[in-house]
Amino acid sequence: MKVLVPVKRVIDYNVKVRVKPDQTGVDLANVKMSMNPFDEISVEEAVRMKEAGIATEVVVVSIGPQQAQETIRTALAMGADRGILIKTDAMVEPLAVAKLLAKVAADEKPDLVLLGKQAIDDDSNQTGQMLAALLDWPQGTFAYKIEKDGDALKVTREVDGGLQTVKLQTPAVVTVDLRLNEPRYASLPNIMKAKKKEIAEKSPADYGVDITPRLTVVKVTEPAARSGGVKVEDVAALVAKLKTAGAV
Amino acid sequence: MAVLVIAEHAHGALSDATHKVVTAALKFGGDVDVLVAGENAGAVAPAAARISGVRKVLKAEGETLRKQTAEAMEALVVPLMAGYDAVFIAATTTGKNIAPRIAAKLDVMQLSEIVEVVDQSTFVRPIYAGNAIMTVKSSDAKKVITVRGTAFPAAGNDGSASVEDLAAPAAQSRSEFVSEEMVKSDRPELTAAKRIVSGGRALGSSDKFKEVIIPLADKLGAAVGASRAAVDAGYAPNDYQVGQTGKIVAPELYIAVGISGAIQHLAGMKDSKIIVAINKDEEAPIFQVADYGLVGDLFVAVPELTRSL
Repeated sequence: MKVLVPVKRVIDYNVKVRVKPDQTGVDLANVKMSMNPFDEISVEEAVRMKEAGIATEVVVVSIGPQQAQETIRTALAMGADRGILIKTDAMVEPLAVAKLLAKVAADEKPDLVLLGKQAIDDDSNQTGQMLAALLDWPQGTFAYKIEKDGDALKVTREVDGGLQTVKLQTPAVVTVDLRLNEPRYASLPNIMKAKKKEIAEKSPADYGVDITPRLTVVKVTEPAARSGGVKVEDVAALVAKLKTAGAV
Repeated sequence: MAVLVIAEHAHGALSDATHKVVTAALKFGGDVDVLVAGENAGAVAPAAARISGVRKVLKAEGETLRKQTAEAMEALVVPLMAGYDAVFIAATTTGKNIAPRIAAKLDVMQLSEIVEVVDQSTFVRPIYAGNAIMTVKSSDAKKVITVRGTAFPAAGNDGSASVEDLAAPAAQSRSEFVSEEMVKSDRPELTAAKRIVSGGRALGSSDKFKEVIIPLADKLGAAVGASRAAVDAGYAPNDYQVGQTGKIVAPELYIAVGISGAIQHLAGMKDSKIIVAINKDEEAPIFQVADYGLVGDLFVAVPELTRSL
């Protein structure tokens, strides 16, 4: 089984986001960038499938600026086989990303596309589902467990209220959730080895996809600040405060 | 102008989330129709017809729609969209699963988890775990929107819409429902709860989580939540997770026990009316958003609080 894993370069999980004073967006200058945490989980899962003999090849693709190559290298160091960078400095919306990925899928013919359920920058949670629709493939979102079942995949999904299992005929699209696995850290020898792995460079035009945004940002502002309240001395004081506020 | 709202329901009961989505749809304007699809749609449709401001209810039942899989819902909804300017759905795991599939088929860039409708093409949505709020204008002819329930009040129940039947789409052979494992609980659902008690990594184990958090939640009739750290550590199921990658809640009372208050957690609960934090680290960021903070040992303070209520 061939697995395609799209990865996104985003602001690091631990960075405190600052809104630009001119309200045009978020300040990304000199900010640490990393692989989207959910994408690390999908890379890890694909590599584990390879180690288990289920996957034969793991191809990583990223759409973004030249530096997105570093994100691909991270995935290669984790154990992916080769990469594709679709280079653009433009803001690419999930719909356009899905269209590009659909073209990559047409070229690469993977049996499974494994994506993070959402990117932690725009929090859209759309790309995987859109890709599945464009390809007319079945989808298993928010995966908690992925098992091979003959030619099909059994995907257990995190849903409100519990877990749901669906059976998908391949080729299929699966998006991963938090509990699927714990991503590894790449070892130094593997980081060195990853430098020799191939990364093909493409552009959105190579795929004939129009990436013009459909959404225009009117403004980006700080959320309403919530002011901290008071510290209470003990439980009795807390109960008194809650009673006065009518909360209990 | 006409808007289609896709109803959220389970076990024959209409979810309160649907009422909130209707409020958002009415704000958008035009006629609002509600689609009730799936298992027990017949039982749920009358409740949907009572939602204030709804023009008509469309009901679709059938084996393919039973579990509202995204593939079947796409096949049902996409043809209907010829008659609608927008489709609104709750930003729940069901809504998030379905909406982008419909959007891609319509060649529309979806607007996820909106918290405000400014006008028919302009919407407000949080990004970066709620650390930035974006106002965005869509140039697409049709709108596909998921709605953050905590941002809109529930519509009333004094409507009397008509109910129409729709045929279910043909069988989807490439994707099938196998089973589900739902947590049985008498507690209120997290996103609808008036009170929530949430536990963090400081609880230290799954047993302690149950021993400390559950009695307080029982006493308050509260839902139980957890931080991502507690879920990651296996102290609580993922379904309890409050935050950027879990559920967004805004109860009357939110009690955070042993939760340090990472931005990703605050993103999920900072719109709560009253926030109480109990944590032994007085520098914990949770205290910056808490109305009432108690610095102390949670293993002593929480049982004492439970007894005092």
